[in-house]
Amino acid sequence: MGLKQVVTRVFGDDSFITTKLDAAIGWSRKYSLFMYPFVTACCGMEYMSVSSSHYDLDRFGAAFPRFSPRQADVLIVVGTISHKIAPVLTRVYEQMTEPKWVIAFGVCTCTGGFYDNYATVQGIDTLIPVDIYIPGCPPRPETVIQGIMMLQEKIQKQKQEY
Amino acid sequence: MADDMSQDPELERRDDPAAAPAEDDVDARRMVINIGPSHPAMHGIIRIVTELEGETVRQADIEIGYLHRAFEKSAEHVGWNGVMPYTDRLNYVSPLINNFGYCMAVEKLMGIHPPERAEYIRTIMAELSRVGDHLTCVGASAMELNAFTAFLYFMAARELVYELVEDVTGARITVAYGRVGGVRADLPEGFVPKALGFFKTIRQNIAEVHGLLTRNRIFFDRMRDTGAISAADALDYGIMGPFLRGTGVAHDLRKAEPYHMYSRMEFDVPTGTQGDNYDRYLVRMEEMEQSLRICEQCFKQMEPGAHQSAIPPEYIDADQMVDGAKHARTEMLIDREARLSPNLEGQEHRHKRRVIADDKAAAMPSLGKTYSNIESMMNHFMLVMNCHGIRPPAGEAYAAVEGANGELGFYVVSDGSGYPYRVRVHPPCFPILASLEQVLVGGMVADIIATFGSVNMIGGELDR
Amino acid sequence: MGRATDILRARFADLFLDAHEQHGDETVVFRPEGIVAIATFLRSDAELQFNVLMDVTAVDYPGRSPRFEVVYHFYSLPRRARLRVKLPVPEDQPAVDSLTPLWKSANWYEREVWDMFGIRFQGHPNLKRILMYESFEGHPLRKDYPIKKRQPLIGPMN
Repeated sequence: MGLKQVVTRVFGDDSFITTKLDAAIGWSRKYSLFMYPFVTACCGMEYMSVSSSHYDLDRFGAAFPRFSPRQADVLIVVGTISHKIAPVLTRVYEQMTEPKWVIAFGVCTCTGGFYDNYATVQGIDTLIPVDIYIPGCPPRPETVIQGIMMLQEKIQKQKQEY
Repeated sequence: MADDMSQDPELERRDDPAAAPAEDDVDARRMVINIGPSHPAMHGIIRIVTELEGETVRQADIEIGYLHRAFEKSAEHVGWNGVMPYTDRLNYVSPLINNFGYCMAVEKLMGIHPPERAEYIRTIMAELSRVGDHLTCVGASAMELNAFTAFLYFMAARELVYELVEDVTGARITVAYGRVGGVRADLPEGFVPKALGFFKTIRQNIAEVHGLLTRNRIFFDRMRDTGAISAADALDYGIMGPFLRGTGVAHDLRKAEPYHMYSRMEFDVPTGTQGDNYDRYLVRMEEMEQSLRICEQCFKQMEPGAHQSAIPPEYIDADQMVDGAKHARTEMLIDREARLSPNLEGQEHRHKRRVIADDKAAAMPSLGKTYSNIESMMNHFMLVMNCHGIRPPAGEAYAAVEGANGELGFYVVSDGSGYPYRVRVHPPCFPILASLEQVLVGGMVADIIATFGSVNMIGGELDR
Repeated sequence: MGRATDILRARFADLFLDAHEQHGDETVVFRPEGIVAIATFLRSDAELQFNVLMDVTAVDYPGRSPRFEVVYHFYSLPRRARLRVKLPVPEDQPAVDSLTPLWKSANWYEREVWDMFGIRFQGHPNLKRILMYESFEGHPLRKDYPIKKRQPLIGPMN
């Protein structure tokens, strides 16, 4: 269903709304985030908390996880990435279709955190582009929610490709 | 098009009955399915390459190590106290048990005995952690069997556990609450009534999930007789904890080699009979109740906290205290406490000395003392400066606690310096995952999910 | 000395090197050749009954000769007793016999020791890396492996 039909259905035949097409697409995209949770470690516990009823991610249209990279548009990387799992992460990222965004959840994904040793990747941005960094070890659910809201803002403001 | 196909030699051979694989050539009908490392029904990164015959698993190759974060190597490069935050992240579902296990090993090396109140607090916090761990394990494995409601109920209950943990430690998950010789801080004011109130809700949630799952036909059928292991095999693999108790062996380190305050507690060790997923589920459900029971007994046996008994001292700001000490105005230091930031609650001197051993070689002086007298300040410096800190005498020690998954052991070797020479963790998950291949083979492919849920694999402690 | 130490010392006198009971942990040090015989005895002896192989690990002492120490922790479920057996292993030929025929738990533990320390276990059915990836060079828990020496599979060196 195209935008025109939506407007017609909601506001009636002779109605119209004015907006930039980019803004309208951004608006619809930011409220339907399908996340692929790439959960590896401790932060997964907080991800579980955030995604269940107590913190209610449905308010942001971001509650429902999609476990197929082809159906997801936000890759949320939760937990330490080791060199052994790094190829898997990039493979998952490459399989996602555009438009796609990446959230680095937890300090290990942002910078490597206090795991600075032979086994760990020092921030996933050395492997894939990252849109939002949520620091914390692990971040509190409130921090995560703020991160998701920042991502929504970013999606709203960005140049939309369609 | 049809001509093309008939010319394809591969297809021709397939249509030719003579060239079809013989009945006994099993391999041709086997299918290899790769599960993981990033799989929706696996809360943790592990790769299982299964070889299926129909729906029966004939071979399973388990690959671990995707979350290897070099705990043991890192521990050799930070001080003895610096290992504490790393231990949190071993079993991140029950970090407090890890903290205390490591503390016990170092205390054994140094010959320190924590005060009684610290031991009670450790018992309470360890049991809270165990409840949180079992809630997560049962909830997540139920979710993987599509019982999403049970998951949400248990997450709600776990949120209460986290709130209690946060009140005491200041953090929800990665707490670093253990200290060599005791714990970081005393219990906060009003903790006991709050906890007792929460226990009611947690019990309600557990009862609700019992109602949802225990006699649920679908759940029962998927859990009963799947993922079974015999007691002899479990011991052969070195498995302890709920996994072993599910097979009927009533072995629990809290009973067998009582540490903390468990010798004074009354609790049952639930066991199963068949060692299958369902038994493990029941064992875990019952253990939560027992853990809550232990906490309640601790609340009764513990003497009331410092908050309730002592006359509150007069608080002054730390900088005033430092000035007073500099100018030798000792009269303003007597019976005064430094005002600490709210997140340091429970660390004032009058609390601290009750929850950590009075041993200058291990226990940090309270902040009030550090600010107000030179001995404590030097003591503080000696414990936090690089290359100083805690220095256990050269030697080795092994201490084990009953982790949520089984025996969690720390083998520490000291060469007498400020850094551990070697810290080895005996992770409870590791032997369980080693047995997974045997448990899965012969079962159905759908049972992998049920079994993997009840294994409660925790990447942090498995791969370290 | 503890009971297990006395029994083992009497029975394996030619392999015996040292024993101590530091912090209450009964520890016996043997020459590495006899580990299978010792473990078989520990498991089958009616008095000792060490029926669980709890842990296998190693410690690296670069200055010392022999350099490595393989450490076994045995547990007796019926007696609630623990025993630590240590084997000094030389650097030039880091190998001991595998305990996989006796305990299934030895399989993964020994793989881990091989992965982390490069100590071979003779007779192990599947001695390959377990925590690191196959292309990883070196053994990270050896003291001479630098903690920050990375060998990434993909992406930039960081």
